[in-house]
Amino acid sequence: MAEETLFKVTIDNITVEVPAGTTILQAARKIGGEVTPPAMCYYSKLQGSGGKCRTCLVEVSKGSEKDPRPMPKLVASCRTTVMDGMEVKNVTSPRVQEARAGVVEFLLINHPLDCPICDQAGECHLQDLSYEHGKEGSRYEFQKRTFKKVDLGEYIQLHMTRCILCYRCVFAADQISPKREHGVLDRGDHAQIATFIQKNLHNEFIGNVIDVCPVGALTDKTFRFKNRVWFTKPVNAHRHCDKCCGEVQLWLRGDEVFRVTARKDEWGEVKEASNGKTGWICNDCRFEKKNLADWVIEGPTNVNRHSVIAQNKYVGLVKPTETFPAIMKGRNPKLLMDIHSVSEVNKPNIHLSQLERPAHSTDFNQ
Amino acid sequence: MQALTNRAQPVNRKPMTFLERLYLINIFKGMLITFSHIFKKQPTIQYPEQKRPFSPVFRGLHVLNRDEEGRERCTACGLCAVACPAEAITMEAAERLPGEENLYREEKYAARYEINMLRCIFCGLCEEACPKDAIYLSETFAPANFNRNTFIYGKEDLLIPNPVTEPEAYAKAKGLN
Repeated sequence: MAEETLFKVTIDNITVEVPAGTTILQAARKIGGEVTPPAMCYYSKLQGSGGKCRTCLVEVSKGSEKDPRPMPKLVASCRTTVMDGMEVKNVTSPRVQEARAGVVEFLLINHPLDCPICDQAGECHLQDLSYEHGKEGSRYEFQKRTFKKVDLGEYIQLHMTRCILCYRCVFAADQISPKREHGVLDRGDHAQIATFIQKNLHNEFIGNVIDVCPVGALTDKTFRFKNRVWFTKPVNAHRHCDKCCGEVQLWLRGDEVFRVTARKDEWGEVKEASNGKTGWICNDCRFEKKNLADWVIEGPTNVNRHSVIAQNKYVGLVKPTETFPAIMKGRNPKLLMDIHSVSEVNKPNIHLSQLERPAHSTDFNQ
Repeated sequence: MQALTNRAQPVNRKPMTFLERLYLINIFKGMLITFSHIFKKQPTIQYPEQKRPFSPVFRGLHVLNRDEEGRERCTACGLCAVACPAEAITMEAAERLPGEENLYREEKYAARYEINMLRCIFCGLCEEACPKDAIYLSETFAPANFNRNTFIYGKEDLLIPNPVTEPEAYAKAKGLN
């Protein structure tokens, strides 16, 4: 077989060599950093994804070495393959920036912007996208399209109002679980993710649709409203599981496991597990194992320090040695007030993480 | 050495005269100044009885706001707690049950909300971070106390009175009368 042909592609004046058939987005991800266009619908681990949200639009200023004409329109980088000598502009092109701001405005037209309530806030791709590429306000003057929230079984909550119709969950259910039970119904403005007739999602791997959802449309019901993402501490952990790889990320607060997710890479996609396959995790690991004793902790997850999840987490904290007992012959200082005896928050007899459903007033007024 | 200004004067080292040694004239001059102050406007006030008005930007004790229907505005989004440089704010969220719509504005609310006033530095960043207009710093001080455990302010201490059920207390808290 002939040697693999490498194509030279220049993205924002950075040249990289990639094999033929690579998309511009993948080539940009190889460079990394700011050069990479954002992607809402494209998911490298799901076949057929991409081409829907248009956030990854880039300008091709030179088609290839043989045909140096620029492409007349902005192209979706997740679906356009590279050519030898192609020159691509992303952050250096004002056209792209303007178009992306327009795409964000479109995506947010029907989005309820209920980030203070949404459990995805803090790790939401739409939040990041609108923060980085969006404009300050919307010009939309009409009533937003609304849907009632839907329970998809005991684990998954669907907020259709937040959905951007990226189809990732549809592809995930198609490719990971044996039988897909949900899909996109209706057209245009009425299009919605649904199970047609109110039906629960039961597949063993269906929990992964929560991980692939770039917004807060599909959320974990066992974590619902329990805590904010940035108050929980992500740690890598694993357990022996015969259904999946068992390599997960636990979101802890103290010794309580509030949430279990798959491990994600810098693009927000599920990482490859140690066995070389994509690290999808089963429902058992995700929803049922909420005790710290079920897991073997590997260590804290490396969180990008620009992420809000890194807030109030002190890495490499060195506690100074207590001088008081050393001087006072072993006597400890008298504690003037123990905060736990006064505070009503995080009461030792209320374990929110053990609840299968969101906490209610009845749980607090015991 | 060159003088910095031309106002320096040599010290007068002449011995005092008898009249000067009596000090009577100087004492009288001093007392005259003291006496004249009786007729001037007092800069002080009698504090506990009289109070000075606060500036509208004064950052005092926190209040948790309600909307005009008396529902709590706070949705426990946690932005105040993450913005707090002193880490004084903690909360626990809960989902609104059917039938509680008159109590809470949104489907999620703060079941517990606590501010540790011993930690609070009254910087007002929580007020700035709040997306729901739920927390405000009022124009009052946190009252002093002998016990530390009285400084953990829960929701019952922070919530503004309900404008529907207790309109008088609400108006008083707003400073309207």
